[in-house]
Amino acid sequence: MSFLQFSAISKGYPGVQALSDISFSVEKGAVHGLMGENGAGKSTLIRILSGDQSADSGSILIDGEEQDYRSVRDSFHAGVIVIHQELQLVPELTVAENLWLGRFPGRAGIIDSRTLVETVRNRLDEIGIDIDPAAKVSTLSIGARQMVEIAKAVMLEARVIALDEPTSSLSSRESEILFRLIDRLRAKGTVILYVSHRLDEIFRLCDSLTVLRDGRLAAHHPKISDTTREKIITEMVGREISNIWGWQERPLGEARLEVKNLSGARLRTPISFTVRKGEILGFFGLIGAGRSEMARLLYGADHRQTGTVSIDGVTVSPDNPKAAINAGMVLCPEDRKFDGIVQGRSIEENIAISSRRHFSPFGILSPKKEAAIADRFIARLKVRTPSRKQDIINLSGGNQQKVILGRWLSEQGVKVLVIDEPTRGIDVGAKSEIYEILYELAADGMAIIVISSELPEVMGISDRIMVMCQGRVAANIERPDFEERSILTAALPDKNAAHTI
Amino acid sequence: MNSLKKILLGEQGLVVIFAIAFVIVSIFVPNFLTERNMLGLLQSVVTIGIVACTMMFCLASRDFDLSVGSTVAFSGMIAVMVSNASGSILLGLLAALLAGSAVGLVNGVVIAKFRINALITTLATMQIVRGLALISSEGRAVGINDPNFYQLALSRIFTIPTPIWIMILLFIVFGFILNRTVFGKNTLAIGGNPEASRLAGVNVVRMRIWIFALQGLVCGVAGILLASRITSGQPNAATGLELSVISACVLGGVSLAGGRAAMTGVIVGVLIMGIAENVMNLLNIQAFYQYVVRGFILLIAVLLDNMRSAAAVRGRE
Repeated sequence: MSFLQFSAISKGYPGVQALSDISFSVEKGAVHGLMGENGAGKSTLIRILSGDQSADSGSILIDGEEQDYRSVRDSFHAGVIVIHQELQLVPELTVAENLWLGRFPGRAGIIDSRTLVETVRNRLDEIGIDIDPAAKVSTLSIGARQMVEIAKAVMLEARVIALDEPTSSLSSRESEILFRLIDRLRAKGTVILYVSHRLDEIFRLCDSLTVLRDGRLAAHHPKISDTTREKIITEMVGREISNIWGWQERPLGEARLEVKNLSGARLRTPISFTVRKGEILGFFGLIGAGRSEMARLLYGADHRQTGTVSIDGVTVSPDNPKAAINAGMVLCPEDRKFDGIVQGRSIEENIAISSRRHFSPFGILSPKKEAAIADRFIARLKVRTPSRKQDIINLSGGNQQKVILGRWLSEQGVKVLVIDEPTRGIDVGAKSEIYEILYELAADGMAIIVISSELPEVMGISDRIMVMCQGRVAANIERPDFEERSILTAALPDKNAAHTI
Repeated sequence: MNSLKKILLGEQGLVVIFAIAFVIVSIFVPNFLTERNMLGLLQSVVTIGIVACTMMFCLASRDFDLSVGSTVAFSGMIAVMVSNASGSILLGLLAALLAGSAVGLVNGVVIAKFRINALITTLATMQIVRGLALISSEGRAVGINDPNFYQLALSRIFTIPTPIWIMILLFIVFGFILNRTVFGKNTLAIGGNPEASRLAGVNVVRMRIWIFALQGLVCGVAGILLASRITSGQPNAATGLELSVISACVLGGVSLAGGRAAMTGVIVGVLIMGIAENVMNLLNIQAFYQYVVRGFILLIAVLLDNMRSAAAVRGRE
């Protein structure tokens, strides 16, 4: 009998339909896998399950009962616990205190510490977790903290536990302990929703599997033994490439950007590559593969530990975005809101923030020139706004991205453009406008690096793709050889490499 | 009601409040609207006004400086002691400006380079610098030897005392820097979004150091004028100045969250602080009550800041 049931769930955000008509069910005591590319809708589905977001239509049934969550608290009471990648524990409290947080045992505000520790010890023994309840969480490894999170779920009598990429920061030994714990929970009848990119884990753990693609149900396998690795990959990608991307062959010049042995604190394995004049190099990888880390190192936003970067043979000094800009390299960051736009300031100021130093003698502004430049790029990039004085926060995502592009196009001598997630959260119309701008710049001889989690986009607009996986370059593929399955296979952590970080 | 709220929370809201308050006070408080009282009022806000110029930059870039009061006292002390010792007023003034800038520079380097919280850093330097002022004077006021030093504060240009001119000049200079220079725009950008500014090529660390150094320099100016006016270096001068200055700035619409500032607002904020004090003096209200009133003004200022931000967010939707 089905215990957890999703029924016709749909959810849209402005400009994108995140989920459409998702229905599937999970048996009691089953571990159910949830797979899909980045942006396929897994996170949205988990959020709806946790009550963090509400569906536009459709319903969730647990044990035959329709759920009507208004908040995370409601899902808590219904026995649904979601364990996110970022763990929600208080580091300076002990394991036991964390598990009791919010409802400490005791009287008149005085905590009964013996009950506190003993109940937790019993509960941990019961589910076979070997962790000292009196230990401070900050002294535990990431793996142990994950166990504590799961123990917390068990203590709250969770009927459904959703795990979002739980092994992404675990060693193989820790993962194995986690798997055994999941096995025990399964035996107790708990439903586990297991989100992962790792096929070997899915096959090791799951009884059944659902694959999402572009917010739709791509496949549902009530018995995982009925499917294969290859089938699942096909289900995850399975779409035709059409030429909505407007890509055309361009002549490529000599090497423009040369990167040798680049590495930093969050990108351990040194990476090297070259981008030619006029070339659009796509970087694809799953979230956490190290693409954005690479971009930040390249640009000097993060500290470079090893490596050299040179543009047209001239070395770019590290550790300083300003030096990168002076050398002709610019970055449109992944997170526009936090790293891109300056909220509270106008479009004009956001465009001129960097380039104004070229037309401000002795640091004194020329409002006329600034206005002229702002107007020029608002027109050229078709930024939809009533005025250049508009606060940038009022613009849509696509228009904000255009303003950031305008910021860099108004700079002098830009030779390398790094654009991270060029169209995230941007509607379809604005997307193709941004692609057009990139083609134009490439045709002018700029070397462009496009980083994207959207496989069709990377395939659609790049001349060449470098696939990253777990901080390494997993493949380097020329356009004629683009093929969804091989790119995605390269991006998925494979069996042997999975636990060797 | 709604439109009234709009006016009060809008860009010019403060100016409106100020104008209304000014009219009311002029009518009801005897001796308020006289040339003598007006000049006295302006003279009383010189220290706050001058320091508020750079405090505005500090707050606009999401920083904070509590050490200004101590720095004013310290640099005033240095001005007096060095001119007494060397017999040269010019040398004394230079030493004071240098001392102020040095304090600011230290603040800036510790905060921006070593990433120590601005509140804690300046809380520490506030005490260190006050201590230095007390140590160097052995806790006593140091009188000025050369009467020419008094002339700085006593002299008049077109019947208006020189310190007021200097304050006006600084208002103009810093208003220009804020609105019309790369430095000013970068300050506001850092306050609006520090990481985005850094990635856009603004040297955030250097900017913050400069802002603090400038703050120190301006405290030096204020210290000199204060010493000249009270005819001595006082180690206990300007206590609590930091609070008045920050109140004036916040009252003037400088956002504590950074990214928003206007010179006119700050000027009005400074004048409101001055008028409140002046009126209480004219009405013979005991000094003790003035603390209470100043505290309330600060509270109201922060509440207004909050409401303004909320109104700005609502305006977006």
